[in-house]
Amino acid sequence: MTSMKYAAYSSLLLLGLLTLSIMSGVNEYFFFAGFVVLQFVVLATAWNILGGYAGYVNFGVPAFIAVGAYTAVVLFKSISAPLLVQIVGGGILAGALGLGVGLLTLKLRGIFFSIATVAVVFILETLVNNWRYVGGATGLQLTRPADLWFFDSYVRMLFFVMAVLAVFSVTVARYVQDSFLGRGLRAVRDSEEAAECSGVPTLKIKLIACTISGALMGIAGAPMPMYLSYIEPLSTFNLSYSIYALGMPIIGGTSHWIGPVIGALLLATLQQIVTVTVSNELNVLIVGVLLVLFVVIAPEGILGLVKKWKQSSK
Amino acid sequence: METILEVSNVVKQFGGFTALSDVNLRVQQGERLGLIGPNGSGKTTLINCISGAFTDYQGSIRFDGNDISKLKAHERTKRGIARSFQIPRPFSSMSVMENLLVPFAFVGGKDGPVQQKEAMDILQGMGLANKAFVQSNQLSQVELRKMELARAMAAKPKLLISDEAMAGLSGTEVDEVLEILFGLNKLGITIIMIEHIMQAVMKFSQRVVCLDAGKIICEGTPETIVKNPEVQRAYLGD
Repeated sequence: MTSMKYAAYSSLLLLGLLTLSIMSGVNEYFFFAGFVVLQFVVLATAWNILGGYAGYVNFGVPAFIAVGAYTAVVLFKSISAPLLVQIVGGGILAGALGLGVGLLTLKLRGIFFSIATVAVVFILETLVNNWRYVGGATGLQLTRPADLWFFDSYVRMLFFVMAVLAVFSVTVARYVQDSFLGRGLRAVRDSEEAAECSGVPTLKIKLIACTISGALMGIAGAPMPMYLSYIEPLSTFNLSYSIYALGMPIIGGTSHWIGPVIGALLLATLQQIVTVTVSNELNVLIVGVLLVLFVVIAPEGILGLVKKWKQSSK
Repeated sequence: METILEVSNVVKQFGGFTALSDVNLRVQQGERLGLIGPNGSGKTTLINCISGAFTDYQGSIRFDGNDISKLKAHERTKRGIARSFQIPRPFSSMSVMENLLVPFAFVGGKDGPVQQKEAMDILQGMGLANKAFVQSNQLSQVELRKMELARAMAAKPKLLISDEAMAGLSGTEVDEVLEILFGLNKLGITIIMIEHIMQAVMKFSQRVVCLDAGKIICEGTPETIVKNPEVQRAYLGD
């Protein structure tokens, strides 16, 4: 897809979603659930920039989401910052966390890097548990501001905001993929030694990827407190986020920016349907089973299946 | 002749094990140097110190007039040191062409049509042109070896280190790779060849250095090296 085409499609998509979110007659729950689906598009896309392109598996997703969310809370509580400022602030701090974690851990390879990222979740959760200002372990009730722009409800507005963030994240991922950075990250994933000897500054580009990936996870987390009108550490630092953010790209396909988008749209939608029609617990099982199936049968995800199918039908 | 590489008093330890003890080596501009020694003698360790895979060694390494001892591997590649690996390390998710475009992008700073043409010329020279758009995990062993050399060439090196580029190849394949290396040397590239296949080293090298247990035990022309009692002892025992 050329850049022109991509820009046209994504603008059309956003315009469509905007129209949808100001239309009366659409069930409010659609936006409530749609927000979560779009949030997973951002998370899966963000995870894939480091995990898919460079092969560095980040299990610390909730830490980045939480930094986004709690930054938003602090900004809201202290200076009544508007939503956009909360999102930008959350993104910047989560990006800084990505850089910091990267500096400390990206010299570690493979499983050691992954374990170190899990540790970050526990460290930050302990900090927040003991931080009174943001509600500590019991959490904090928040009152949404009255400003709705031109939307009928706050949830509709958040839905559209998340749609913009999703398109933004995918655009960043697409740009990274097509740039030198993407080529370098792929080289790192295939062989770090050979990448270095081909002139790739491996540590530097891993740090850039980790920062971008963290920042995008932060912007996905920042609107959460307003979405729930509430924040508490146990659900914010939920490690299931890591499983979802890694499962969706793997199921969709990690080699191309569209993979995480497909994975997130399919899986998160399925999860929302199952949550409503069957049970909230079952959706964890669904992701687990699908992940196992894909890893065994189609390690290159849906994209890999499509590629195979195209080749065999030639 | 001008010295392009100067290794001075390099000591490399892994914990309590000394892999290289006080290695000194000078390589001249345009030279074809053979590096031999039994398994575990420190050949690859020395190459890793020169290429920058290790930077935590004592002593100093000067290249093309500058001290590069503290530089990371990718910075040394930019200065003009390229290498192939003992066990080929292709970028296996990429096509052969894309493999070459990595150094073009990161060393030269460009990977447009001009660079693709250049990459194609390099592949042509190696007899790999017909494989340019094949994914590199589909290549045979000899093709992988050639691609590694081609990728090293794409970094436009002044010094090429070939780490056992012929291991596991048949007689005719060894000759093919040798011919490629001779060709590159004619272009003015200094070449250090590590090799176990003696006919190849002897045919290729102007000078041979023999390592044993982390020390250079002797150096000289190929003819004198094979007759050297220390080399014979290192390889065959007393």
